[in-house]
Amino acid sequence: MHVIVLGLSHKTAPIEIREKLAVPESRLGEALVRLCTYEGVREGLLLSTCNRVEVYSVVDDIDVGHERLLEFLADTNLSLSSEELTPHLYWYVGERAIAHLFRVAASLDSMVIGESQILGQLKDAFEVALAHKTTGVIMNKIVKKAISVAKRVRTETKIAEAAVSVSYAAVELAKKIFSNLNEKTVMLVGAGEMAKLAARHLIAQGVRQVRITTRTPQHAIDLAERFGGTPIPFDHFKEDMAAADIILVSTGASHYLIDAEDVQRAVAKRGNRPMFLIDISVPRNIEPAVRHVDNAFLFDIDDLQHRVQQNREERLREAEKAERMIGEEVAGTVEWIRSLEVTPTIVALRNRVDEIKQAELERVLGRLPHLSPQDRELIEGLASAIVNKLIHRTMVTLKAEVNSANGPAFIEAARRFFSLDQSSPSGTTEEERLRSLSSKSRLSGHEEAESVVRKQVR
Amino acid sequence: MASVCFMLTMVLYFAATVSFLVYLLRRSEALSNVSLGITAAGFLFHTLALAAKMAVASSSSPPSFFEALSFFSWMIILVFLAVEIRHRIHVLGSFMVPLALMSLVSAAALPQTVPTLQPVFKTLWVHVALSMLGAVGFTVGFVAGVMYLIQERLLKSKRFNVLYTKLPALDFLDRLNQQSIVWGFPLLTLGIVTGAISAEFSRGSYLTWNAEQTGAMVTWLFYFVVLVGRLTVGWRARRAAYLTVVGFACVILTLVGVVLKSYGDVS
Repeated sequence: MHVIVLGLSHKTAPIEIREKLAVPESRLGEALVRLCTYEGVREGLLLSTCNRVEVYSVVDDIDVGHERLLEFLADTNLSLSSEELTPHLYWYVGERAIAHLFRVAASLDSMVIGESQILGQLKDAFEVALAHKTTGVIMNKIVKKAISVAKRVRTETKIAEAAVSVSYAAVELAKKIFSNLNEKTVMLVGAGEMAKLAARHLIAQGVRQVRITTRTPQHAIDLAERFGGTPIPFDHFKEDMAAADIILVSTGASHYLIDAEDVQRAVAKRGNRPMFLIDISVPRNIEPAVRHVDNAFLFDIDDLQHRVQQNREERLREAEKAERMIGEEVAGTVEWIRSLEVTPTIVALRNRVDEIKQAELERVLGRLPHLSPQDRELIEGLASAIVNKLIHRTMVTLKAEVNSANGPAFIEAARRFFSLDQSSPSGTTEEERLRSLSSKSRLSGHEEAESVVRKQVR
Repeated sequence: MASVCFMLTMVLYFAATVSFLVYLLRRSEALSNVSLGITAAGFLFHTLALAAKMAVASSSSPPSFFEALSFFSWMIILVFLAVEIRHRIHVLGSFMVPLALMSLVSAAALPQTVPTLQPVFKTLWVHVALSMLGAVGFTVGFVAGVMYLIQERLLKSKRFNVLYTKLPALDFLDRLNQQSIVWGFPLLTLGIVTGAISAEFSRGSYLTWNAEQTGAMVTWLFYFVVLVGRLTVGWRARRAAYLTVVGFACVILTLVGVVLKSYGDVS
C-alpha cells in the first residue's frame, strides 16, 4: 500500500490547462467512484480548485498506481491529450505525498501563502469522498491529520495574520488610526476598482456612513445604492470633507484634486480629529504635501504596496516555522502507516502474546516449586496451546484480508485489540471531531472576504 | 511582614518591567501573559504590604513620603490592570509598569521617616491620597501621550515595525489621554483644597508659596488650560499628547518640591 498524489497546480500549469482539467463540484462524486474502479486503486480523493487539480490515492503498487492515475486524469477531460497534460503533472509517493497534502492544506503551496480558502476546499473534497465511500482507513487518517495540521499552523504561526492585498492593507492601517470603525464615515472620491474594494472591506468592518462622489453624478447615485451610502455632488465635495474620517480617492484625474490647504481646513473644522486619506490613483490625486499636515495621515498606492510586501515577507518567515511543524507531523503519520503493514503486525502480535504467556507462566510456576519437570512442561504446553488457539483466527484473518479493501481496517483493529502500540489513534471520535470542525469557521480571515468582495464587485 | 511583602513587590515589578520591555521589542505575543502574571503577583504583594502598613499605622500618624509614593505606584498598576482587562492592550504595561517600579524605587530610596506635613488632622491622609490620585491620572495621560506620539510618528513616516503593530489605535490613545485628565484634574483640585485647609491649620495660612504649593498651583493651572483647550478649541490628538508630556514634568517637579519642603520643615 502506497500513498500517492498526482496532479498539477498554479506552479506547474497555466490557467488554460487547469480550467480544462478542473472537475466541477457536481461531477466530483462520479469521478471519484470512477477512480476507485481502476484496478489497484484502493482509496481516492480528488481536490479540484481554481489553482490545482490533484488526485490523492492509496494504491497497491507504485508504478501501476501511477499509470492508473494518469489514465484517470486523461479520461477526466477528453479534450486534453495526455501529451498536453503530462508535462504539467507532478507526482509524489509515500512520505513526500503526505508532506505535499499537509503543505497544501496549510496553504504553504498556495498562490497567496496563508490564505485559508484551501482548507475549506479540502474539507469539501473530503466530505464528497466520505459520502461516496471512496476513502478508507489510510486516506481518512491522512486527510484528518492534514486538516488538524493546517489548523495548528494557523493558530501557532502568524501565517494568516497580516493583510496581503492593497485594499485590505488600507483597512489594516485605518484600524491603527481608529480603534472602532463603527461610527466612522468614509468618503469615496471616484470609483476606481481598488477604492471600491477597500470601501467594501471598510463596510464589512463596521463603517456605516458612506458618502460617494464621482464626476458623473449618475455614477455616484448608482454606487450609493449599491453601498447603501449617500451621493454628494462632485463640485463641492471638499466642503463635506471635514465630516469624513476616511477619504478614499481614486479617479482618473491627471492633477491633484485635494491639496494640503483643503486638508488643513478640513482638519481644523473637525477640531483636530485625525483624518485618514488613501490615494489609490495613478497619477496621484492628493497633493503629497498633505503628509505634513498635522493629524492627517496620507497613504498612496506605494505605501500600501510597501506594507503588503512587508506582510508577505512576514508570512514567508512564518511559513518556515510551518514547514518545521509539518515535518514533525509527517514523520508521525508515516510511522502510523508503517504499522499498518501485515508482517510487522503479526510479529508484534506474536511477541505480545508470548510476553503475556511467559509472565503468567513464571508467576504460576514460581508458586509451584514441587512440580516435576514433566509437569512443568505440561503446564507450559497448556499455556502455549491456549494462546495459540486464541490468536489463530486473528492471524489467519489478517493474512487473508490484507489484500482486501478493508485490510488496513483489520490491521488497525488488531493493533488496538491487542494494544500493539500505545499511540494508537482513535477512530470514530476523530470523525465526529472532523464534522464539527468542518461545520464551523469555514469562512474566516481576510482572503475569503477578499474573494467574496471581488465577486460582488464584479 | 510589610517590609517582606514590599521587597517581594519590588522584585516582581522589576521582573515584570524586564519582561514587558522584552515583549515590546519582540514580534511574538508569547511574553504578554507572563508579564501580566508577574505584574498581577506583584500587585497582590503590594496590596498586602499596604494593608499591613495601614493596620499598623494609627490614623493620626502622618503619612510618610514613602507611603505616598508606594500608594502612587500601587494605583498605577491598578489602573493598568483595569485598562488591560477592559481593552486587552498589553503594550500599556511596557510603559506603566516601569513607571510604577521607578516610583517604588524612589520611595525606597527616601528616608522612611520624612513626613509630608506636620500632623494636625486626619484630613492630611485625605490630602495626600487625593493629590496622589490626581498624579496617577496625569501619569496615565502622560503614558497615553507618549504612546500617541510614537504611533503618530511611525504612521507619518510609514515605518511599520514591531512597535507599530503593538501600539493601539491613535484615537484610543487620544481618548485615554482625555479620560485620564478628566479624572486627574478634579482629584488634584480636591487635593489642593484639602492641602490648603491643612496648611491653614498647621501654619495658619492657606497659601505660603513654598516649593510644593507653587508647583501644585502651576500644575493645576497648566492642566486647567489643557482641559479647557481640549473641550473648546480642539486641542486634541498631537497637541494634547505634547501638552500632557509637559504637564507630567510639572507633576514631577511638584513632587520634588514636596520632598524639598519636607526636608525644610524637618530641619
